[in-house]
Amino acid sequence: MSFDIELTLTRGDRTIRARIASEARLVALFGPSGAGKTSVLDMVAGLLRPDTGRIAVGREVLFDSAAGVNLPPERRACGYVFQDLRLFPHRTVAENLRYGESLAPHERRFMAVDEAAAFLGIAPLLARRPRSLSGGEAQRVAIGRALLSGPRFLLLDEPVSSLDRPRREEILTLIARIRDELGLPIVYVTHDERELTQLGAEVVQIGD
Amino acid sequence: MLSAEEWGIVALSLKVSAVAVGLTLPLAFALAWVLARSRLPGKVLLDALVHLPLVVPPVVTGWLLLLAFGAQGPIGAWLDRAFGVTVMFRWTGAALASAVMALPLMVRAIRLSLEAVDPRLEAAARTLGAGPWRAFASITLPLALPGVLAGLVLGFARSLGEFGATITFVSNVPGETQTLPLAIYAALQVPGGESTVARLAVTSVLLSLAALVASEVLARRSGRGAHVL
Repeated sequence: MSFDIELTLTRGDRTIRARIASEARLVALFGPSGAGKTSVLDMVAGLLRPDTGRIAVGREVLFDSAAGVNLPPERRACGYVFQDLRLFPHRTVAENLRYGESLAPHERRFMAVDEAAAFLGIAPLLARRPRSLSGGEAQRVAIGRALLSGPRFLLLDEPVSSLDRPRREEILTLIARIRDELGLPIVYVTHDERELTQLGAEVVQIGD
Repeated sequence: MLSAEEWGIVALSLKVSAVAVGLTLPLAFALAWVLARSRLPGKVLLDALVHLPLVVPPVVTGWLLLLAFGAQGPIGAWLDRAFGVTVMFRWTGAALASAVMALPLMVRAIRLSLEAVDPRLEAAARTLGAGPWRAFASITLPLALPGVLAGLVLGFARSLGEFGATITFVSNVPGETQTLPLAIYAALQVPGGESTVARLAVTSVLLSLAALVASEVLARRSGRGAHVL
């Protein structure tokens, strides 16, 4: 499994360029705020269309402007944990977790809701609504929802930037476990160097 | 209490309003969707057209309907040729007039609720494996539902009160197009009709009140605090 990504997107007078060619399990997109890191993730997820380029994960080509390939988001099998989480407010935690799970083909599912809840320590939260969760709890639910959708890789957008120190350590440990125990390749966005050293990620610079 | 004839008027009013609102809902939803989400170039014009019945004198709306759906009108003549039906002086015509008058209110309410749904939630649903239709049905629609219900109730209440366009378009035919407001108007013209007027007026107030309370109950049950009242 590897990331082979090259893309450009021009919006107004701003051009976002990214080149990620890596066999590493964890690739970190590093750069200042506003450099277009989230846009790169959106393009990999299929939510934003690059002007030109090619996006391949493993042997699967998700986008190729030259070959006219552009898979819709629902066929890319990426577990995207958004910076703003985007938990569904009208569904309980359990229903949020099951949303992607129920849509994933059986052969791609690698964990059950109970397992994920235990792994993430969110079992006591299952009946709650997202509104009533703390920042760290909501972050873990969002990660769980992505894991249960049977992803082939994960996109994590600043997953710890809004958390206090103890929660931050907790989630970073969790991400290391996802990488090591579940073996999912991860693209990780951050603007904090300490997270990079802690996770031992391969770094791709975005912007200046 | 109401006489049998007056109950008939109430039943006719309810039928006309229910049919008007039921048939308008899909159109109102589609228009609200286009106005809320699309980047159509002529959106401002479409918006103005939809809202026209709200500001044009109802008698003008009724006259325009008469021009379009009358025996010589383009749509009326076609309906007669193709299906052998006419809406002139029929309760279906009253429903059509009510529908046109209710449309702007329904579009407004549904549009507001659709605009309040964060498209980023739909994007999240797509990355979790949902196609566009499933994302719409499982995320957008439930989140917009209180507004859709509010639009239904508003449209229903507006239909119950519809007068000007109806009497201009399909006249005041007892048992066919004579809904509550038209019956009240007719009774006012008759010497000694005051008690009928009072009974029908109280009935229409109660019906409108019931519609609003029903919408409030529905909004509370949906549990997200989107209230009409």
